[in-house]
Amino acid sequence: MHSRIHEIKEAAESAKDKKGTYGPDIDLSQYKKNATPHPYEEKLGSFGPEESDKLTAVGIDISQDQRSGTFLLKDQSVIHCRTKQDGLEVLSMKEALDRYQWLEEYWWKAVSVDADKYTAQAELSLNDGYFIRSYAFAKSLSPIQACLYMGVENLSQNVHNIIIAEEGSELHIITGCATAPYVLSGLHIGISEFYIKKGAKLTFTMIHNWGRDVMVRPRSAAIVEEEGIFLSNFACLHPVRSLQLYPVTRLVGQGAIARFHSILLATPGSDLDTGARVFLQAPQTRSEIITRAISTGGKIMARGHLIGEVPGIKAHLECMGLLLSEKGGIHAVPELEGKVGGVDMSHEAAVGKIAQEEVEYLMARGLSEEEATSTIVRGFLDVRIEGLPPSLQEELSRVIKQSEKALM
Amino acid sequence: MLRVENLWVEVAGKQVLKGVNLDIAPGETHILFGKNGSGKTTLLMTIMGFSSYHITEGRIFFKGEDITHLPPYERAKRGIGLSFQRPPTIRGIKTRDIINICGRGRISADDLAERFQFQDFLDRDINLGFSGGELKKSELLQLIAQDPELTLLDEPESGVDLENLQVIGEAIRNLLQKHIRRKRAKSGLIISHQGFILNYLEADKGALMWNGRVHCRGNARELFKHIQEKGYEECAECIAEFMK
Repeated sequence: MHSRIHEIKEAAESAKDKKGTYGPDIDLSQYKKNATPHPYEEKLGSFGPEESDKLTAVGIDISQDQRSGTFLLKDQSVIHCRTKQDGLEVLSMKEALDRYQWLEEYWWKAVSVDADKYTAQAELSLNDGYFIRSYAFAKSLSPIQACLYMGVENLSQNVHNIIIAEEGSELHIITGCATAPYVLSGLHIGISEFYIKKGAKLTFTMIHNWGRDVMVRPRSAAIVEEEGIFLSNFACLHPVRSLQLYPVTRLVGQGAIARFHSILLATPGSDLDTGARVFLQAPQTRSEIITRAISTGGKIMARGHLIGEVPGIKAHLECMGLLLSEKGGIHAVPELEGKVGGVDMSHEAAVGKIAQEEVEYLMARGLSEEEATSTIVRGFLDVRIEGLPPSLQEELSRVIKQSEKALM
Repeated sequence: MLRVENLWVEVAGKQVLKGVNLDIAPGETHILFGKNGSGKTTLLMTIMGFSSYHITEGRIFFKGEDITHLPPYERAKRGIGLSFQRPPTIRGIKTRDIINICGRGRISADDLAERFQFQDFLDRDINLGFSGGELKKSELLQLIAQDPELTLLDEPESGVDLENLQVIGEAIRNLLQKHIRRKRAKSGLIISHQGFILNYLEADKGALMWNGRVHCRGNARELFKHIQEKGYEECAECIAEFMK
């Protein structure tokens, strides 16, 4: 095993200068490597009112009443980590690696350490991360929350997370990634590896709310076994300089399912390059990638790549884009790749401005042009996600509603 | 209630209405017959104030006020309501939301839907995958919630099966206060290619729209009977003769 760790380090070293395939290149040396450590908090109490609002805006419940566990990384320190429900485990990544020898089997198994300089930096300068696991047949009663927070200017935060839903278990996670209200720049690198075992269900809802000039490079991948279900939801509705992510999922067991929902808003100066890639490698696997994108002047690249490798799979890709400004733009890149006969794959994409016909329809019902437009935008963003627990759907709707105020 | 004076309207650079005059008194229902493309829908859309219908000449008065240049929502607020022939689908907006917008809190969407057996559609995206009859029902429910003084109906019977025609006729009679004989305040302007809606409600006056102008004003039922028997082609010849 030690030789594997050694190989990982070597591979990371070799990729230290390897540019990412997508998104603008980032000069990693311009960010601070180290932050002042923060003390552990038994009860979360160090956040001021404005900071608390920012956390609430990414779905973090500071009271923890509605959560079955919490993990909070502030800058580079784990300031809180606990679970309230038997059968669910929340640990800091470093502690988990110390505690479980077997975890090395999962370390850089779904994501390649030498994918680019961001994965390399996460390995070579790891701050910490979270390890969340649901034991076999355990069912999470309320979601576990994980928060990755940056409270100092121009910091590089390097995180590596592992999530395991053991056989037959059900796990719901909400992850909020944010900078403090006064922080404008920084770099967030987040590696997440998801392992959904036989018959398990994982819902992962991630909400971002960054400073204007922050650069974000999540690198994640999932492996879903027989009859496993992976629902991944992502909302990024606030300014960010550059965000680039393209998670990869492998449906390796018969009947496995993966669904991706993304809700994106690009304000002027923001560049979002997002997508999802799913390999359907076993019979009766299914996948769906759905994106709702709005540009008020920023750029959005909405990618999607479905690869059907065996007969009897079903996959669908959908991207709806709304341009609310003459500037910026939305570029949908849907790819379907059927490698054998007997695959059922489809896609649907539409990008444009709000149809005048729809606005006037609502105006005929008594709404002003402005009210009609905001009603249509609200409807556009209001995505009902099948299989998401009601509490998380409400949380997502609340976050969307909150950002609409800024949008209008 | 509504007075249209010498209305000339252009759509996408084409002159569609060529001097329309119309006068609807309070409590009156008028029906306008005409072939497809004669300008009927253009007239209704212009009365409602939609931006792609450009008025090049003429004026529209509602309850004595010149509304020629008011946006649609100002006309809606003043009491004009329109049932669309082909309403758009708006994803994410539920039928319930739009009924609530129309009702401004005065009416319960659930109660209204129950009256018209439309409960199953309340939480569906508005007009998405609705059949012809369902579209008309949805439009009329919105209008009942809105409770306009002047109701404009664009082909209310098109695409509706026989079973639903009865329900739709009832909803329109309701909107136009057909149950009140005296002091009826609600007015209506119905446009219809086929005219079968007259089997379900009475109209006070009828007229024919031909090539952007209104002709043959008179008794609605007589005119409908005439069109049924002779067809629009004879109307064309008659109008050509009259225009000489």
